[in-house]
Amino acid sequence: MAPRPRVRLRARLVAAAATALGMLLTGCSGEPEEDSGTITLQFQSLAWQKESVDANKELVKEWNAAHPDVQVKYVQGSWDSVHDQLLTSFEGGEAPDIIHDASDDLADFAYGGYLADLGELLPERLKSDIPQRSWETATFGDGIYGVPFLQEPRVLIANAKWLKKSGVRIPTPDKPWTWQEFRKVTDELSGDADDGKYGVAWPLKEPVSATLNLSLSTGGKVFHRGADGKVEVRFDAADQVVPKTVHDQVNSDRSASSSTLGMGGSDTLPGFFGGKYAMVPLGFSYRQQIVQQAPDGFDWQVLPAPAGADGLTQGVSPQTLSIAEDSPHKKEAMAFIDFLLQPENMVRLAEGDWMLPTGTEALKDPALHTEKNDWETGTELAEHLRSAPAQSVRGYPEWKDKVATPALQEYYSGAIGMGELRRRLVEDGNLVLARYQR
Amino acid sequence: MRTSKPARAAQYVALAAYLVFLAFPFAWLISTAFKPAKELGSLDPTWIPHNPTLQNFTQAFDEQPLLQAMTNSLLVAVSAALVAVVIATPMAYVMARHRNRLARAATGWVVISQAFPFVLIIIPLFLILKNLHLINSLIGLIMVYVVWALPFALWMLVGYVRAVPPELEEAAAVDGAGKLRTLVSVTAPLLTPGIVATAMFAFITAWNEFFFALVLLKTPEKQTLPVILNRFIGTEGVADLGPLAAAAFLATIPSLVIFALIQKRITGGMLAGAVKH
Repeated sequence: MAPRPRVRLRARLVAAAATALGMLLTGCSGEPEEDSGTITLQFQSLAWQKESVDANKELVKEWNAAHPDVQVKYVQGSWDSVHDQLLTSFEGGEAPDIIHDASDDLADFAYGGYLADLGELLPERLKSDIPQRSWETATFGDGIYGVPFLQEPRVLIANAKWLKKSGVRIPTPDKPWTWQEFRKVTDELSGDADDGKYGVAWPLKEPVSATLNLSLSTGGKVFHRGADGKVEVRFDAADQVVPKTVHDQVNSDRSASSSTLGMGGSDTLPGFFGGKYAMVPLGFSYRQQIVQQAPDGFDWQVLPAPAGADGLTQGVSPQTLSIAEDSPHKKEAMAFIDFLLQPENMVRLAEGDWMLPTGTEALKDPALHTEKNDWETGTELAEHLRSAPAQSVRGYPEWKDKVATPALQEYYSGAIGMGELRRRLVEDGNLVLARYQR
Repeated sequence: MRTSKPARAAQYVALAAYLVFLAFPFAWLISTAFKPAKELGSLDPTWIPHNPTLQNFTQAFDEQPLLQAMTNSLLVAVSAALVAVVIATPMAYVMARHRNRLARAATGWVVISQAFPFVLIIIPLFLILKNLHLINSLIGLIMVYVVWALPFALWMLVGYVRAVPPELEEAAAVDGAGKLRTLVSVTAPLLTPGIVATAMFAFITAWNEFFFALVLLKTPEKQTLPVILNRFIGTEGVADLGPLAAAAFLATIPSLVIFALIQKRITGGMLAGAVKH
């Protein structure tokens, strides 16, 4: 029996669809092998804001134009899941040659042997341009596993009109507030009336890094490395100043909003613009969002974070550029990094990300000393930035997720006291770290 | 038993509340997609933007290769759904109609395979695909999605096959139809809603999948929509909210359209009575 016309038509349609699909898929197979003679390097960048992506792509284009025999291919990565993505690429032997990441993500890769030790590869210019305190952020054991190039201090973004009206002293990098003064000021700014207005809004969705990094100003270290190289958690008086200030602002003075404790930085901005909070402690790069989203005429300014016994010191985890250990072209990859981090290029990258460059030459650039968007205040803080205390500690991610985050969240919300916080961070924390240090 | 009027009214209220609950995130997404940056930072957000703008869409298209990503996603998701269904349907038929030890073992394996998390299999999978030169390849990704969707697709289809009464096939045989004719003319039409639902499941699984695509695809021209959408999110989870909402809104349209087109087949088939008990 001959097939019916409708069935024939359907069969033809299916065949046509299959052919089209086949044709499309033929263009979808893996990458061809590179041509002989020309070296091709893969540069995985995590730049995500338009200005930053543009700056990175332009620099790659400039390099490629000047170096026909060493071509760089821009590969777009993503901050979210970068650790898992890189780990898989390393294990599969398909890692990019040049890797953009952050120093607090490098420890496992450095100790795991996935990243090249840059000690011998670094050109003298780059070595001397970036200060030792920044190199320390990417040094694990005896090796340097990344070139730190962009960083940001945590600052106070303030409602300038509110502060001016209140008559409080406006802090500067030369004369910052102390933590005690800060607490007094926020109390003053929030006033007596129960009108839902607060002197400060702490966005502490991720409370651990904020607390540890700011605690460097009061001499807090939390992680103490012994002579045997083993790390121990302590939570002494110097470590307690910052958490206690936040706790008291929220629970005793009511000068800090309790509802923002679970928020990320961006979530606090509507309240900040709406006049609910006088100040919000945020990363320096948040200025971009503020410029984009602030209502017309909203007057804001950047203030340094409060200072403690160790002045304005605070911990940072700079963005880094590393080279994969498996890369057959390490020298060329380093030459590209050196090009990318020439002072004028570092400034372009910094402006694109609204962050500070680590290079001393780049930091002198007039573009980073303008009053516009308070670049100057941030630039003055650069010398106080140190390696975040936790980043070279093995087992830190587990300590952070299982012990410190819930403990600090409960402490800040008033559910537990300082004694219980200390017990959990130290006793429970050391049990976690011990498993990594056997 | 007839439902009383108050009970019926309560049912409608509950249904309406459920619909609002389901529609809320999508409605908010649309609202956000059309809001200018300054309204996104407002303390008193509104459903209807005061100054609606297409700027977020322009910026999203300007910053990321959305059309290319959407084409890749469609290609991968449709292919994965088709291949999964083509493989799963005959397997499901055999497993449902022949209840022997092998079928039971296969069912057990299907259930167990669902217990493995992504992170456990990603590195071995990566190595296998690397050996097959299928890293950074949409074909490789389609294979992964087929394998990933297959167990659940199979499990779904076995249920649908079991719901088709064997008496119908026996009646066809009595009327002189051969095995193939019975399958094509009797069983397949009754299985259509099940096949469509399974294909839908495989399509949506592949359309939404992020991690495999992130790890297996490297060059921007091959990346799928979830990976591209992720680029609107930066450090510390800070998002470029307007363009992200605009791109996410566009990303939901194909699955909505496909679902709208085939939903009649799913419900129609389900409602069709096959045998009078």
